[in-house]
Amino acid sequence: MSAFLQAFRQLIRRDLLVAWADGGTLGVALGFYVVVVTLLPLGIGPDLNLLARIAPGVLWVALLLAALLSLGRMFAADLEDGSLEVLATGPLPLEAVAAAKSLAHWLTTGLPLTALAPVLGLLLNLPPEAYAMLVASMLIGTPGVSFLGAIGAALTLRTRRGGLLIALLMLPLFVPTLIFGIEAVRGATLDSGALIPSLLILGAISLASLVLAPIAAAAALRFQLQ
Amino acid sequence: MKLVSDALTSVRGGRTLFMGLSFAVDGGEALLLTGPNGAGKTTLIRTIAGLFAPAAGRVRLDGGDPERSVAEQCHYVGHLNAIKGNLSVEENAAFWNGFLGGHADRVAAALAAFGLDALGDVPAAYLSAGQKRRLGLARILLAERPVWLLDEPTVSLDATAQDMLGRAVDNHMAAGGVVVAATHVPLPIGSARELRLGQATEVA
Repeated sequence: MSAFLQAFRQLIRRDLLVAWADGGTLGVALGFYVVVVTLLPLGIGPDLNLLARIAPGVLWVALLLAALLSLGRMFAADLEDGSLEVLATGPLPLEAVAAAKSLAHWLTTGLPLTALAPVLGLLLNLPPEAYAMLVASMLIGTPGVSFLGAIGAALTLRTRRGGLLIALLMLPLFVPTLIFGIEAVRGATLDSGALIPSLLILGAISLASLVLAPIAAAAALRFQLQ
Repeated sequence: MKLVSDALTSVRGGRTLFMGLSFAVDGGEALLLTGPNGAGKTTLIRTIAGLFAPAAGRVRLDGGDPERSVAEQCHYVGHLNAIKGNLSVEENAAFWNGFLGGHADRVAAALAAFGLDALGDVPAAYLSAGQKRRLGLARILLAERPVWLLDEPTVSLDATAQDMLGRAVDNHMAAGGVVVAATHVPLPIGSARELRLGQATEVA
């Protein structure tokens, strides 16, 4: 059991080290998030009330797109340098490898994007009472994005231009996360009573994908390694 | 300790690469897989490593740990080196050491055995092809595994490095380990049996 935990920890640690040394992937995701959110008010004009109304939706949609940018690379680098084969023959079942890599993806993408969201909220005139809920909903929702995304990353591993395919595959699966994430933020300002149920469903989606997505991703990886 | 292939059949892309292949490698023995390109050397090694599912037959390890699969008791070194260019030599070695469950004090010894001890801080991307191969091979010394599966281990290695590999393999065999290596050149090791894989059968 301890060998299992050690291998799991080591894999996450290495992915964090690689992401840190690489820098580029996170930089691109954060940069993309900033650019999309700042371009939007330029497109629709300086109507502060309108911006405040669409802010939760914009922040969530742009976050999903930014996370999607790096999802496609989750397993690709390991496949190209041969690490994936060794990981597959190691002490960790492939399901745990997929879970560790999803978790590392969340730590290096979902978490930084969540931290950036309130800053971008300022640009969109997000009402003050919504900030806490914005961060909370993203903290609860983004793990589901990384874990569900692992399925798409594994399925498109050997396809050329997998990045486009993964968007087509995964964006529909992110719709529930998107809807309830936005509802939760809206609930904080409109007092619509949707706040708690939305957060609960968001948590349920994340927990379910935490458990189930690695199984699906591992099945796809096994197929890809054949 | 005995690695047994029991009537192994492998079909890749509609071609039967080998059929009913049975052999056994005892502890302390090395089996060299030879044969022309496309004969199925890599396929056989990957099948033993559990990466390819055989069409029929099975591989087992007699006298191994019954609670772990054959794959988990193997070191697999394929054509790719499984190293990250933006991590240092030592970070790469330390990761595989920790992941594969080896003692932390093995890192320095493994790097030294392949002549990489002076390059510990160098990012792996700056290594030459031969040095990268050495780092990929150093993995076999980072954790204890009874079976070593080496696919063309000598590619881009100079004579010195081939001797280092030969010494590592000899030590492993002396300790009762099993080695299966696919190779086109003779390895500088004490003794070895040879399994010549034939020409692949015609496309159906």
